[in-house]
Amino acid sequence: MRPGGNLERRKLFDRFMLGLLILGSLLVVAPLVLVLGKVFLTGLSALNLAFFVEPYRPLDEGGGGLAHAIVGTLMMNLLALLIGGLLGLAGGILLSEYPDHPVNPFLRVISDLLNGLPALLKGLVIYTLFVIPMGRFTGLAGALALALVMVPIVLRATEGVLKLVPWSVREAGLALGLPRWRVILSLVLPSALPGVITGLMLGFARAAGEAAPLYFTAGGNLNLSFSLGDQVESLALTIYKYAGEPSPVRQEQAWAASLVLTLLVLAAGLLARWATRKR
Amino acid sequence: MNEQRPLTVPPKLEAARAGGLEADLKPRMEAQGLTVYYGKKVGVGNVSMPIYANRVTALIGPSGCGKTTFLRALNRMHDLTPVARVEGKALLDGQDIYAPGVDPVDVRRRIGMVFQKPNPFPTLTIYDNVIAGLKLLGVRRKNVLDEAVERSLQQAALWDEVKDRLRAPGMSLSGGQQQRLCIARALAVQPEVLLMDEPTSALDPISTQSIEDLMSELKKHVTVVIVTHNMQQAARVSDFTGYFLTGELVEFGPTSQVFTMPKDPRTEAYITGRFG
Ligand SMILES: Nc1ncnc2c1ncn2[C@@H]1O[C@H](COP(=O)(O)OP(=O)(O)OP(=O)(O)O)[C@@H](O)[C@H]1O
Ligand SMILES: [Mg+2]
Repeated sequence: MRPGGNLERRKLFDRFMLGLLILGSLLVVAPLVLVLGKVFLTGLSALNLAFFVEPYRPLDEGGGGLAHAIVGTLMMNLLALLIGGLLGLAGGILLSEYPDHPVNPFLRVISDLLNGLPALLKGLVIYTLFVIPMGRFTGLAGALALALVMVPIVLRATEGVLKLVPWSVREAGLALGLPRWRVILSLVLPSALPGVITGLMLGFARAAGEAAPLYFTAGGNLNLSFSLGDQVESLALTIYKYAGEPSPVRQEQAWAASLVLTLLVLAAGLLARWATRKR
Repeated sequence: MNEQRPLTVPPKLEAARAGGLEADLKPRMEAQGLTVYYGKKVGVGNVSMPIYANRVTALIGPSGCGKTTFLRALNRMHDLTPVARVEGKALLDGQDIYAPGVDPVDVRRRIGMVFQKPNPFPTLTIYDNVIAGLKLLGVRRKNVLDEAVERSLQQAALWDEVKDRLRAPGMSLSGGQQQRLCIARALAVQPEVLLMDEPTSALDPISTQSIEDLMSELKKHVTVVIVTHNMQQAARVSDFTGYFLTGELVEFGPTSQVFTMPKDPRTEAYITGRFG
């Protein structure tokens, strides 16, 4: 190309390409906006106070609310975040910071396996290992199944972002006479914190939306329960059940539950960002 | 410091004494047949030399000759490089830092290091960078930390430039300032030996001057080993000089002697600028 030649045409071409890019982006984002829009609009109109404070009621008593599912979702997902988050973090740290550790090949196989395993089967794993021996469905088993959903996501994200931290950060810390674990926890991990948090949030969001693994683990519960030792309901489970019901009340509740679930995930993400913001 | 063990006088030291050097020379460290392999390749081979207490020892030589490799062997930084393997001994106060049972963390606590490229901790402020070592080792008292920050930054000739913005990110400094921050960080933990890998290669003449001044001050308390490409710098700041060539220590001796009447013709060729 001649330098300075045909400036007009090049400007036009630039405009054209930019237009194409914007169009492409819109095409990609459009479905997302449509889905979110539908959830917000339909869900919002179905939301009311009863939805949050009342548990299940039969239809002839007005249908009640979803307090039992909201409480169940929070309990199970927070415990799952604690367990799955810690396991995923630990695994990611091991893979990234101790690449020669003898357990790593196994860890990698397990992580890949978990990553490919359908969530339903993760529920079955917990069913076999916990529900059958204990003889009943519990929120704890549900949380464990959700933790299995989180682990591979958190693990991969953690490994990935830790590997992006320059090697010189570790060297600098070690040269100060700090033990390796200290360098990792106090210097490497903080350098990668935004990425680590994103990984945790991805895992959390994914688990919060899973209904399948809860079927044979948490079991669902129409009553409000604050104990993870009981059977527990979750929003995802409710959405799945109610969406197929003929009653418009139940269908509206499913929409509202979708909205609340979406907002919950969004809020968790914002909270995490805020908590780890640059001071 | 602590009690001194009886010393075997290294042959080089006898030469030094014959050359009229002070009799109070004690090796703080000593390399004995130190060899570093990268896989099958020798990074630096069979190096034996003393590092005298409270003196500045300069390591010079053309690029790729193994200066950094040797320096990193002196505080077990190669432990972290899977391909690297160290043979031979490196004594610190008579004790081999590679002996079984020696904790590399203790070694590095006593032997600090400043790297060729400035590497401040990216998420920390200037203040927190300086005290990173102290804080993570459990020092909590604010006045102790404040003092350490001022003292270390003064020593590293950075205090005046940053004293009003200690809470700014370490990364907000210029390259040369970052390097002095790294020097301050290394000094804050008060190491007995400080290994510096071309600490002034990114600095302007004025900061270089202050770092050089720092060294003559530093050596009252610390033993310094400095890698440098700058002959004048080696001549100015060091008491002893080791000349490396293709992974070998070709010559070691008092700086004045190495620079004025080197024993090896290869050294002479290098310092007179005929190659390298
Ligand atoms: N991690 C490594 N793996 C393999 N070989 C290496 C590694 N680090 C250094 N080497 C090799 O070891 C030799 C010595 O390198 P070293 O970095 O010690 O040289 P240097 O004298 O410090 O050079 P410069 O003055 O350029 O810094 C070089 O041939 C280099 O290629
Ligand atoms: Mg080097």
